[in-house]
Amino acid sequence: MAGIAVALLLAEAASRAEVLPSTYFPPVSRTVVTLAGELGQGALWAAVGHTLQGWALGLGLAAALAIPAGVAIGTSAVRYRACRMLIEFLRPIPSVALIPLAILVYGIGLESKVFLAAFAALWPLLIQTVYGMQDVDPVALDTARVFGLRRSERLTRVVLPSAVPYVATGLRISSTVALILAVTAELVIGSAGLGREINAARAGGATDLMYALIIVTGLVGWGLNGIFSRVERRVLRWHPAHRTVEGSAA
Amino acid sequence: MTAMWRRVRLILLELAVPAAVVVAWWVWSANADNFYFPPLAEILRTFADTWVFERVGTDVVPSLARLGAGFAIAVAVSIPLGTALGLSTGARRVTEPIVEFVRAIPPPALLPFAILVLGVGDAMKVFVIALVGLWPILLNTIDGVRGVDHTMLETARVYGVRGPERLRRVIWPAALPQIFAGMRTSLSLALILMVISEMVASTSGIGYFILQSERSFDIPEMWSGIVLLGLLGYLLNAAFALVERRVLRWHRGARASALQ
Repeated sequence: MAGIAVALLLAEAASRAEVLPSTYFPPVSRTVVTLAGELGQGALWAAVGHTLQGWALGLGLAAALAIPAGVAIGTSAVRYRACRMLIEFLRPIPSVALIPLAILVYGIGLESKVFLAAFAALWPLLIQTVYGMQDVDPVALDTARVFGLRRSERLTRVVLPSAVPYVATGLRISSTVALILAVTAELVIGSAGLGREINAARAGGATDLMYALIIVTGLVGWGLNGIFSRVERRVLRWHPAHRTVEGSAA
Repeated sequence: MTAMWRRVRLILLELAVPAAVVVAWWVWSANADNFYFPPLAEILRTFADTWVFERVGTDVVPSLARLGAGFAIAVAVSIPLGTALGLSTGARRVTEPIVEFVRAIPPPALLPFAILVLGVGDAMKVFVIALVGLWPILLNTIDGVRGVDHTMLETARVYGVRGPERLRRVIWPAALPQIFAGMRTSLSLALILMVISEMVASTSGIGYFILQSERSFDIPEMWSGIVLLGLLGYLLNAAFALVERRVLRWHRGARASALQ
């Protein structure tokens, strides 16, 4: 905490003394006052809402596609081999390359944002799910087989539960990626949301507002990450077996 | 014999599926008559016309130069900084909240800030790429340095290994696998920021070319740019994996023998 205080004081002093030109770096106190003023305004919350909407729909769509696909691919050696090269080729494509295509096909509204966020968030989640399906404790699987569990029962009782921590990690990574792409779409395409507001504040010369909005965007990212980490820890607590497996393997 | 036949079949399958997807795209797009999805044959023809090698000097080279410069700065700053923070608990505790917060800001949100301070030139793009690429390497270096085996550190101390020697022979080799993991994440982020910064404010570069083609409805040109970026992403990733495997050869070897 002291670190933050010192950094803020230094920034304030540097700006007041014009070590950093105050037209570009307004004093922290002014940004804070602007931020406090904005918190009372509907416009800020509307922008946060738009960004979160794009994030949630994009991540939801990615999860709806990637988790079932990952389960299907991860449970069969043939399907895995059939899809591996395709995934390895599609995954590194920077999703921002598709921005112009999204504009053409979906226009400049919410749909473009959701498409881009979903495309980008799909890959980490798909890969994590596939790995999770493949990294099942063989002893647990053999035990289930010995006890006469059918294929479908083995899937729901052994394989899926042990893949949950992987999926949770995938969701956390994808959540970050979806937020990045939502803000990018707002910035580049001009869909409603925090990205557009930040760019507008810069273009309008309202630097303190721009910094205030960047801080809000950071808080949104930090908050979402915190929520996902907490959920993930919960999921891991539900699976003490997984933790011992991981511990013994390391 | 049957095991070998099975392996051959799997390899064939691995190659057949991507080929089938390309053929399907080819056939579908040839007959689709869709303005936004031109025939694949036309995209490839445009690709050859545009990128071999007409626009390489004007767009590809500037893009890659920015990417390289930004990534190099990120590496050069974050590895020493990460090492220092990893070694000092006090410094880490002081800086941790700041690092955690700045890292949580979605990178594109920093773009307007960079434009404001540095204008719309190359400096801004290199700065953004470096700034965003910094965090994954920094955090992984900190973790890697902190995670060095204590037995190893104590052995080094007993043998009187200290100072730069200790860094070079004990700490960095042990942290290197994790530093590389950070660099890999950072490289793909750098590519994304390269494209975004060129789309928002630029007069050259691959990102600029794609957006410009879309705005003037040169759809095959736009697609050819997307294909190029896909290829670049794939090749950069593959090249990095190659370097990583070479540099960490000793590490994998050590791991494999430990497992046996």
